Amino acid sequence: MGGMIRRLGDLLAAAWLMWGPSRSTPLPWHGACVVAKRELAAYFATPVAYVFIVIFLVLAGALTFTLGGFFARGQADLMPFFSFVPWLFLFLVPALTMRLWAEERRHGTIELLLTLPLPQWQAVAGKFLAAWAFCGIALALTFPLWITVNVLGKPDNGVVLTGYVGCMMIAGAYLAVGAAVSAATKNQVIAFVLAVAICFVFAAAGSPVITEFLSNRLPVLAEVARGLSVADRFGGFTRGVIALRDLVYFGSFIGFWLFVNAVVLDLKKAD
Amino acid sequence: MAALIEIEKLTKRFGSFTAVDEVSFTVDRGEVLGFLGPNGAGKSTTMRMLAGFMPPTAGTARICGADVVENGVEAKRSLGFLPEGAPTYPEMSVTGFLRFTASIRGFSGSERDDRVALAMAQTQLEGVRLQPIETLSKGFKRRVGLAQALLHDPPVLVLDEPTDGLDPNQKHEVRELIQRMAPTKAIVISTHILEEVDAVCTRAIIIARGKVIVDAPPRALEVAGQSLEQVFRRLTLGQEAA
Ligand SMILES: Nc1ncnc2c1ncn2[C@@H]1O[C@H](COP(=O)(O)OP(=O)(O)OP(=O)(O)O)[C@@H](O)[C@H]1O
Ligand SMILES: [Mg+2]
Repeated sequence: MGGMIRRLGDLLAAAWLMWGPSRSTPLPWHGACVVAKRELAAYFATPVAYVFIVIFLVLAGALTFTLGGFFARGQADLMPFFSFVPWLFLFLVPALTMRLWAEERRHGTIELLLTLPLPQWQAVAGKFLAAWAFCGIALALTFPLWITVNVLGKPDNGVVLTGYVGCMMIAGAYLAVGAAVSAATKNQVIAFVLAVAICFVFAAAGSPVITEFLSNRLPVLAEVARGLSVADRFGGFTRGVIALRDLVYFGSFIGFWLFVNAVVLDLKKAD
Repeated sequence: MAALIEIEKLTKRFGSFTAVDEVSFTVDRGEVLGFLGPNGAGKSTTMRMLAGFMPPTAGTARICGADVVENGVEAKRSLGFLPEGAPTYPEMSVTGFLRFTASIRGFSGSERDDRVALAMAQTQLEGVRLQPIETLSKGFKRRVGLAQALLHDPPVLVLDEPTDGLDPNQKHEVRELIQRMAPTKAIVISTHILEEVDAVCTRAIIIARGKVIVDAPPRALEVAGQSLEQVFRRLTLGQEAA
C-alpha cells in the first residue's frame, strides 16, 4: 500500500514537472518530462492525434451501443464499453507507436535527440509517457458515455473509475510493446503488424479457447497463459477490483518492454 | 591540461567494411580543425562516434576528459553537435525547437529565453522566429541546427558541414562566428569547401578510406606553390570509398 501511494506521488510529481512552473534545480526526471512534453505537442501538431481520437470515439461509441447492447442490458454501467477497449486498443495503439522511433530515424532527429545530454532511458520514458498521456486524453473524451449512464441510472462510479484505470493499464502495456517494436525496425508497416501480433498474444492468452485447449494437454501452460494474459487482469479492474498483484503485473510488464526498448534502441539507433 | 577533444585509435566497422580505421587526434582550446576528405571517407562516422551517437567498434574518444561511451551524458554536456544534414523536428517553430533543446540542457525561465534569443541573433534567425521549421528554406534549416549547437556556449563544437547550403553572405557570417568563438573553444568542422579551411582552420586533417593521411596546418600543406585543392586531389584521387 505504501508503495502504491509513493508511486502515485511520483506520478503526480512528474505531472507537476511537466505542466507546473519551471524550477531552478532540474530533477532527475527532468529530461524525460521535457521529451514527453515535446512529443505530446507533436501529436497535436499533426493529424495523427485527431484521426486517432475520432476513430477511437466513433468505434467505441458504435460498438458499445450496438454489439454491446448498452440499452438492452438494462444495467447502468460501462461494462459494454470496457469489454471492447482491449480490442480497440489492439489496433489503435500500434498505429500510434509504429511511428515512434521510425519518425525520428526518417528525419534524422534521432541523432540530435540522442546526442543531447540526457540518459537514453529518459528519451525512452519520455516518448512512452507522452503516448500514454495521449491515450489518457482519448479515454477522457469518452466522458459522454459516463454522463449517459449517470443520467439513465445509478451506476457504481467507483467501478467506472477502476474500469478506466484498467483501460490505462491496457494502453500502457500495448504502448510499451509497440514502442519496443518500433525501435527494432525502420519499417512502419512491419512495426505495426508485429506490435499487433505480440499484443494479440498477450490479449488472447487468457481467453477460454486457449486455456481450455492448453489445460487438456498441458495444465501448467494453461496457468502460465492465464497469468500472462493482459485481458484477464483487465477483467478485475472492470469489476471494481484494483489488486496489488495486477498493478505489479502491469508495472513489470511495462517496465520490461521499456527496458527492451532501451536495449534495442542502443543496438539499432545508428543503422 | 589534457586537450578538450582526445581521440585514440577510433575504429568503426560495418560488417567487414571498415569505415573509420584507427583514427587518432587531439584538439586543444583555440584550435579549429578542418576535417576533409572525399565522399564516404568516414568524416561523418567519426563525428557521430565523437558525439556519442554511434558506439565505436574499437578505440576511445573523450570530450573534456569524459569518455563518450562510459560517461556519455557528461561528455554531451560539454558538446555542441551539428549532425550531418542538420536534422530538426519539422513541425516545431524555430523558437519552440530551440527552447526544447535549451530545456533538456537544464536552462529554464528567463535564462533559457536569453540563450535562445542570443543563439538566434548569432545565426540571424530572428526574422523566422515563429515559423514552422518545415516551411524554412534549406539554408535557414541549417542555421537552426547551428543555433541549437551554440546555444549552451559549449567548450567543444563538432559541426558536420555547417556551411553546406548557405548563401555567400551567410557562409561569411558563419565563418566570422567560428573565428570569434575559436579562442575559447575546441572546434571541429567538416567541409568540402577548401577556401573555408584557409579562412578559418588552424589545422587540417585529410582522411580517405577511414585513414588519416595528413594532419597539418593548412599553410604547411600549401608549400611548393600548390593550392590546397591540388594537394587534396593529389592525396585522395583514386581513394574514394566504393
Ligand atoms: N549505418 C551504416 N551502415 C553501413 N555503412 C555505413 C553506415 N554509415 C556509414 N556507412 C559507410 O561508411 C562510409 C563513411 O561514411 P561517412 O558518412 O562517414 O562519410 P563522409 O566522409 O561523411 O562522406 P560525405 O563527404 O559524403 O559526407 C561510407 O562508405 C558509408 O557508406
Ligand atoms: Mg558526411
